[in-house]
Amino acid sequence: MNPAGLPEQVRRAWAIAKKDIRLYYAKKSVLIFGVLMPVFLFLAFFTGSRQLPLAFLIPGLVGVTLLFTATALSPAIFSWEGRHGTLERLASCPITIEAIVLGDMIASILFGIGITTITIFIGLALGLSLLHWITMIASILLASCCFSAIGMLLAVPPTNEPSTPMMLSLLIKFPLVFISGVFVPLEQLPSWGLALSACSPLTYFTDLVRYSFTGEHFFPVVVDIAILGVFTLVFTAGTMYLHKRTMPKRI
Amino acid sequence: MNIIQADNLKKSYGPVAAVNDVSLAVREGEIFGFLGPNGAGKTTITRMLTGVIPPDAGTAMVLGHDIRTAAVQAKQGFGVVPESANAYTDLTAWQNLMLMGELYGLARARAARRASELLTTLGLLERKDQKVQAYSKGMKQRLILAMGLLHEPRLLFLDEPTSGLDVQSTQMILAMLRDMNRDGTTIFLTTHNMEEANRLCHRVAIIRSGSLIAVDAPEKLKMAIESVHRIEVSFDREVAGDALAALPGVTGVERIGDKWQLTAEKQDAVIQFLVAFSQQNQAAIVTLNTLAPSLDDAFLRLTQEASP
Ligand SMILES: Nc1ncnc2c1ncn2[C@@H]1O[C@H](COP(=O)(O)OP(=O)(O)OP(=O)(O)O)[C@@H](O)[C@H]1O
Ligand SMILES: [Mg+2]
Repeated sequence: MNPAGLPEQVRRAWAIAKKDIRLYYAKKSVLIFGVLMPVFLFLAFFTGSRQLPLAFLIPGLVGVTLLFTATALSPAIFSWEGRHGTLERLASCPITIEAIVLGDMIASILFGIGITTITIFIGLALGLSLLHWITMIASILLASCCFSAIGMLLAVPPTNEPSTPMMLSLLIKFPLVFISGVFVPLEQLPSWGLALSACSPLTYFTDLVRYSFTGEHFFPVVVDIAILGVFTLVFTAGTMYLHKRTMPKRI
Repeated sequence: MNIIQADNLKKSYGPVAAVNDVSLAVREGEIFGFLGPNGAGKTTITRMLTGVIPPDAGTAMVLGHDIRTAAVQAKQGFGVVPESANAYTDLTAWQNLMLMGELYGLARARAARRASELLTTLGLLERKDQKVQAYSKGMKQRLILAMGLLHEPRLLFLDEPTSGLDVQSTQMILAMLRDMNRDGTTIFLTTHNMEEANRLCHRVAIIRSGSLIAVDAPEKLKMAIESVHRIEVSFDREVAGDALAALPGVTGVERIGDKWQLTAEKQDAVIQFLVAFSQQNQAAIVTLNTLAPSLDDAFLRLTQEASP
């Protein structure tokens, strides 16, 4: 066994993920940040904009749900652990910081996928049909990786006060929802709005979900997937690199 | 080969030089004590040696691995009981130990067997399925020790493992360390308890303001200050401290509870004078003890001498 080898480190990352799920994702506060938020947003748009069809709004709900659930807790995990003195323990274990970050990401990916699957079933129950389920599965997998990496990026500032990254994450997530064509069709955005939305990974994911449900899309599907893939790689590499630098400052 | 070889370690926090050019070597099989006043840099050095924080400068080879470039390999071989670390309070003791098992890559069966053994030895077996939240401080500390020992490390770092514990928990932990050392485990122990260091350690290092000022066997450190003798005396009635201080050969007088503690160059002469003093003042001697220099004295002397 080579403890520093990739398979062993991935196995240890899985141990971190299991711990996260047990400790954090089983808590009630998660429901507020992860589940109620998207539901409220959806209801606000649903009641406010009667002229938009359900077939348009449900994919938006799926997009927002995945964003909010995959980033529900990950920004605060490091601060919690720093504060409760468990981070020093992890830092002295034979696990790399990359593997710790990966473990935290895996937990938030699983949580995001779990809750998002429920919203998809809600959509199906409301009469939508899934035209492209392979695209749906692939894009949920990709986007959950991407969003969980964003969640971990928000955790980078070394503070042991969990509310700081949580606030930061809300400040970023809400604008993201508004610029991403989630509840407002991209076609209706002014050109500057479109330029903004092109910077948001949520745009591409929602576009993919919309395509999976209805067959309609704004960008070509391949472009959506490619850009989402690039975002995922950049965010994952970035968050691992940055956490490696800030970790010692937390102890 | 030394099991720990640190060279010229440095670490600053802003303008504070927490560790200033420290080099030390720990041999395989010994219990190495690490002593120093509060804020001397003990925890900072322990953290650098265990790969928790990177040094600003210097190198450390632990178990033959460079702690900066091969941290995972080094960490795989040692166990740590950090100063301010905690178990996960929302998990049970058992879940905490199984998490450690996975983080150290132990097979499930081996982890379970080791966990049962350790919990039995440390008297926690009946409470293993209780959340750590409900544990007392001493129980938590014993669990943290078990977490550091699960993978049967060859080298163990402990940062004040017994601070704040009662006699029973302390004795339990110290006995365990002694047993482990007999079975070949090298131990790096930070402590404030001189008695503990004196009884347990083969060698101690004394650190002050981020610099090492002495590394030696406890007995040798004591011998280095043997020129001082202390005599403890008490009388059946009040006597004047000034009168005691005026006795020939007495260099210092201190009141400690109902006793007087005298420091002297030659204890024999001072004892003669004390007997005469007792007769003159009609104050009968109740107790009379000569005190060998303790590690406390050596420590105080060394840490004060080094002050500017
Ligand atoms: N994270 C930190 N940020 C700023 N300063 C620090 C930090 N950690 C330690 N220091 C400083 O470094 C110096 C050494 O601290 P350290 O904790 O190593 O002392 P110690 O010998 O372990 O003390 P104690 O006996 O109280 O545990 C102190 O002056 C302390 O204030
Ligand atoms: Mg300390």
